[in-house]
Amino acid sequence: MPKKVAMTGNVAVANAMRQINPDVCAAYPITPSTEIVQQFSNFVADGIVDTVLVTVESEHSAMSACIGACAAGGRVMNATSANGLALMWEMLYIASGNRLPIILSCVNRALSAPINIHGDHSDSMGARDSGWIQLYAENAQEAYDNTIMAPRIGEHFDVRLPVMSCMDGFIISHSIENIELLDDKQVKDFIGPYKSNVPTLLDINNPVTMGALHLQDYYIESKRQQHEAMKKAKKVVIDVGKEYGKFSGRTYGLFEEYKLKDADIALVVLNSAAGTAKVVVDELRKQGIKAGLLKPRLFRPFPYLEVANALKNCTAVCVMDRADSFGGAGGPLFTEVRSALYDLPARPLMINKIYGLGGRDLGLEDVRKVYRELVKLAESGKAAKLYEYITVRD
Amino acid sequence: MAVIKLKELSEKEDRLTGGHRMCAGCGAPIVVRQMLLAIDEPVVIANATGCLEVATTIYPYTAWKMPWIHSAFENAAATIAGVESMYRSLKQQKKLPVDKDIKFIAFGGDGGTYDIGLQSLSGALERGHNFMYVCYDNGAYMNTGIQRSSSTPFGADTTTSPAGKAIPGKQQNRKDLTKICVAHNIPYAAQASPHNWKDLMEKTRKAMSLEGAKFMNVIAPCNRGWRTQTNDAIMLSKLAVNTCFWPLYEVEYGVTTVNYAPKKNRRPIVEWLKPQGRFKHLFKPGNEWMLAKFQEYVDDQWRAVVKLHNEAHPADQIDPEEGKTW
Repeated sequence: MPKKVAMTGNVAVANAMRQINPDVCAAYPITPSTEIVQQFSNFVADGIVDTVLVTVESEHSAMSACIGACAAGGRVMNATSANGLALMWEMLYIASGNRLPIILSCVNRALSAPINIHGDHSDSMGARDSGWIQLYAENAQEAYDNTIMAPRIGEHFDVRLPVMSCMDGFIISHSIENIELLDDKQVKDFIGPYKSNVPTLLDINNPVTMGALHLQDYYIESKRQQHEAMKKAKKVVIDVGKEYGKFSGRTYGLFEEYKLKDADIALVVLNSAAGTAKVVVDELRKQGIKAGLLKPRLFRPFPYLEVANALKNCTAVCVMDRADSFGGAGGPLFTEVRSALYDLPARPLMINKIYGLGGRDLGLEDVRKVYRELVKLAESGKAAKLYEYITVRD
Repeated sequence: MAVIKLKELSEKEDRLTGGHRMCAGCGAPIVVRQMLLAIDEPVVIANATGCLEVATTIYPYTAWKMPWIHSAFENAAATIAGVESMYRSLKQQKKLPVDKDIKFIAFGGDGGTYDIGLQSLSGALERGHNFMYVCYDNGAYMNTGIQRSSSTPFGADTTTSPAGKAIPGKQQNRKDLTKICVAHNIPYAAQASPHNWKDLMEKTRKAMSLEGAKFMNVIAPCNRGWRTQTNDAIMLSKLAVNTCFWPLYEVEYGVTTVNYAPKKNRRPIVEWLKPQGRFKHLFKPGNEWMLAKFQEYVDDQWRAVVKLHNEAHPADQIDPEEGKTW
């Protein structure tokens, strides 16, 4: 039977890992993800899981060991944050390029410099082109649920890609929430045994060469296959989300629409800030303002057709980014959403706010201000600024 | 351990096939073939980025008749550590696809081992994965076009330590990687050379019979980088040993044994340097100090390893100066 428990986001993810019982976990400590592997180490030390834990000397080696382990033919998990993810960068591309369905729990944290340990999305947004499927979570429950769905998505024979499951550092990783843990057997039955559709390194009767040199004559075909696999991931995410809902009672799709169906104005925001925004949406609805919210869950592959369809009736939309793309035409989420809306016959007016970098709090009043600006924008049809920082000293 | 017999070896199949695209006369594939011939068990290989990796696996071809993975340059040790960890996990859970004893080897050049891969190697040795790391040491980044590495000998002319008018080649002595690996207190670390195939293969077999992390450093002449002839690899690896530039020794559970001490045939270092174009400038008037410095370094290194041998083997003493007639 599922049970209600109070735990931090990190402990919830560690418990998802316990229930998944991966064959190998290779990881290196970094705030704020450390606690996941720390908790998981206890499960290993107490013999609760079958996992071989490889306590490597760096995140680069963590992902390298995950690559070797997954290529050897088994389920592999790992957790990191910020600079740890940045140190893995090279290996992220190699994991996806070799089509290895490794699961990484990314506890979002700001990248240095200046050094900072708190939550923003500069780490995972920087990895958005690395060929990993990316799932985002508003709270500990979603982080737990996404972690359990991740192997089913990445290991699907139509996909075979690594999956990054993200949640906000400290705000979610270190806050205690009430969540529902599934029964161990439910998880075991849901994820099933690890299977591979290609020979693995330990299959010595079918020797395989992995990571061969692809020159001008083959490289682009290899990348094209990766591209197609990523496209197919969208349907798998939907199917797995539905199947998960059947026994957990929590169905997941590509994104969450909160009072969006009839909304005139809407925010698009990832992760924990969506919880804050929902409170403001409720306030505004009471005042008769048709405000709504779109919270992306799947960022890679980005479901641009579905996002465009969900926002098509809005007059004005603000995309909130907890990461900057310095010198770009807006933050990383903004450029995706704005591009998604380009083909609509009538496009909503759009603005972009960069908020909460380095864990700067986003309060209710900050969100109210954004919605007030959207009301004005919808009336005037003219944005004062396309792209600006909020929650910042001027 | 069974004695290695040439007849038996001649009947074994090469695990690295001919038709790979390494340069003619390259020492690395000789080293790899000899070592793999010495092992009877199935082997899984992780290969660091470098000549050996690039030239043997140009898709859609592969020269490897065994499971093989390349992931990146600096992480062959971490990659094979992952493979070996999965092997242990699946074995414990009785989930192995083929239930056999499998051996694990990582191959890397000196750039991928002494320099960019040192951290990953150190971590894997410290954690004690059951594998062997083999560095095929040709003394520079040959794959990218002969840039100096921390294994490049003193004085060598490389494309990033050129013998110029103001600076005559590489100004530092080599890093002693074998000693660094020994300092990890692993069960086995050794230096070997392809000219002495028996010693190389016996060491490989011994290493594979021991549980835990093993390291072998094997000299692998590169005629492109050393500026020599394509039929010089074996002659130069033999001279490297007979000049004591590359002592053949092993450290088994902390006990150092020098496997070969040149007695009547110990040669001055100039005999190894002279045929190599990368040391040409050392023989120009005014650079005599470089030859003297090189010889002094070789003598010091040799005396140091002989001292360790003599301390460990009271009944088998070696005179480091024996055969030194110059």
